[in-house]
Amino acid sequence: MDVLVCIKRVPDVAGSVALTEDSMDVDARHVGYAVSPHEECAIELAVQVAKATDGAATVLTVGDEDAVEQLRDALAVGCGAAVLIEVEPRRYGPTDVAAAIADVVRDHEAQGRSYGLVLLGNDAADTGDFQVGVRLAYELGRPVVTGAATVEAAGESLVARVEAPEGAAVFEAPVPAVVTVMEGGVEPRYPSIPGRMKAKRVQIETVTPAREPVGSGRVRLHLPPVPPSQVEVLGKGAEAAPAMVDLLERLGVVR
Amino acid sequence: MTLVLVEVEDGAGNGAISEMSREALTFARRIAVPLDALVVGRAAAGVAGELGEYGVSRVYEASGSAFESYAPAAWAAAVVAASEASGDAGKAVLAAGTPRGSEVLAHVACRLGVSMAANVVAVENEEPFTVSRQVLGGAALEEMRLDDATVVLTVAGHTTEAQPAGTAVTCQVQPLDVAVSEQDLAARVVRVEPGEADASGNLKSAKVVVGAGRGAGGPGGFDDLLELTELLGGSLGVSRVVTSLGWRPHHEQVGQTGNRISPDVYIPCGISGAIQHWAGCSSAKTILAINSDPDAPMVTKAHYAVIGDMHEVIPAVNAEIRRRRGA
Repeated sequence: MDVLVCIKRVPDVAGSVALTEDSMDVDARHVGYAVSPHEECAIELAVQVAKATDGAATVLTVGDEDAVEQLRDALAVGCGAAVLIEVEPRRYGPTDVAAAIADVVRDHEAQGRSYGLVLLGNDAADTGDFQVGVRLAYELGRPVVTGAATVEAAGESLVARVEAPEGAAVFEAPVPAVVTVMEGGVEPRYPSIPGRMKAKRVQIETVTPAREPVGSGRVRLHLPPVPPSQVEVLGKGAEAAPAMVDLLERLGVVR
Repeated sequence: MTLVLVEVEDGAGNGAISEMSREALTFARRIAVPLDALVVGRAAAGVAGELGEYGVSRVYEASGSAFESYAPAAWAAAVVAASEASGDAGKAVLAAGTPRGSEVLAHVACRLGVSMAANVVAVENEEPFTVSRQVLGGAALEEMRLDDATVVLTVAGHTTEAQPAGTAVTCQVQPLDVAVSEQDLAARVVRVEPGEADASGNLKSAKVVVGAGRGAGGPGGFDDLLELTELLGGSLGVSRVVTSLGWRPHHEQVGQTGNRISPDVYIPCGISGAIQHWAGCSSAKTILAINSDPDAPMVTKAHYAVIGDMHEVIPAVNAEIRRRRGA
């Protein structure tokens, strides 16, 4: 079964966030870019499902030409082909992204490449829309499971496990289907040197969307106010233990 | 009318409204009152009293064979049916920003052909309808316009304090007929496998969480932390570094791609405090950080801190607790 995995290039912010001058984007000039942990796991699952079913994994992104970096990273860990839907990312909202991906899925199907499974991350690390996978499923008229830790092909259906504190909910859905992935079910592999070399040679299919985007509704970004530090230091090292236990007693957690 | 999809947790009697659904009900009252609510797959009568306290005058109940096992599209069909039954004026559909709330409302937005705003924290403007919502795991906020006839949004967890309405109303239970197609049941839960009991306990609902980061030093570096967790009757939560290095299982992770916790006391040990971790723990009422770096973000954002190596501090704390208990 052929698998399509959709990823997003996002700012790799860990410390403080900076915004662009027009407050419409995160200023990522000093932090670099990555794909989210959910999507790293989606790539791994795409490669595993494709291998187990004698199919191929294709990676796709909707972004600017710099997003080729993230496509090459996915090619280096086992995807066989890559598609860049080249857009100006800030003009594209979740509805637009889903529509653009759906158009490519249909085009590839018309050319004889049908994806039994389309994987995405559960939510983008930057915009956190929590809906692109579901919108894509509706565009394509396919069933969808969100937040899966693992997914396996079982004949004409898929089995996806969604982990929750009370246990794992096991979903079944007929193929073709869309599944969004949450981190935790698989360990993403590291690229090998030959994997990197091979990734460099893959010709990336570049597509320009036919439809005009409707946008995301973003008015602007702003940063929540950072309250001044009010930390009360109880002490240093092991000597602080009595002061710490005094506090835990006052808070009612040590009795 | 404003409609809220309510999640009910198993508990004494007929269950109780989940904490995050009570937050969503509180938030919904800022848009319009009285509210309508929807309970799917179980009897609504058991929570009608509580819903009335939160300002809900009518609760729709969608039950029957289509809802016996969870199928997200079937739930969405129920939400759309309830929204239609609830009347047209000032339409809004809300749910808590839980995995299920986000999933079902994404389906609802597709069925209605409208936008959806996830993890909303505030209504900024009524005309045009503009909300603020969390992006980057809450490290930034986005002002977003929702121009459709029906507003669909999820409420970010632990950003609105759940509060009953000033005046309780009588909440009437109304059974709802929902047309569920075979396609709506195509993706569904076929079984639920119970989770394994471990040190993470009920991380999301724990009153005390002891956190561990890179400072633990290795997979063998958790013994003292587990002892402290046990002494405090709490749960263990870890940073993403710890799970990606394979030191602890992923379900113990606190952060943007792990669990969001809201304990009374959080004790992060050897955790620097990247924004992705902060996204999961910022709702803790009191944070007591243990870290060797006094300038670590987790220390400067904490209420209290002990500066030092966790491997020296924690055994001393454990010994002090045992000593005071006379053990």
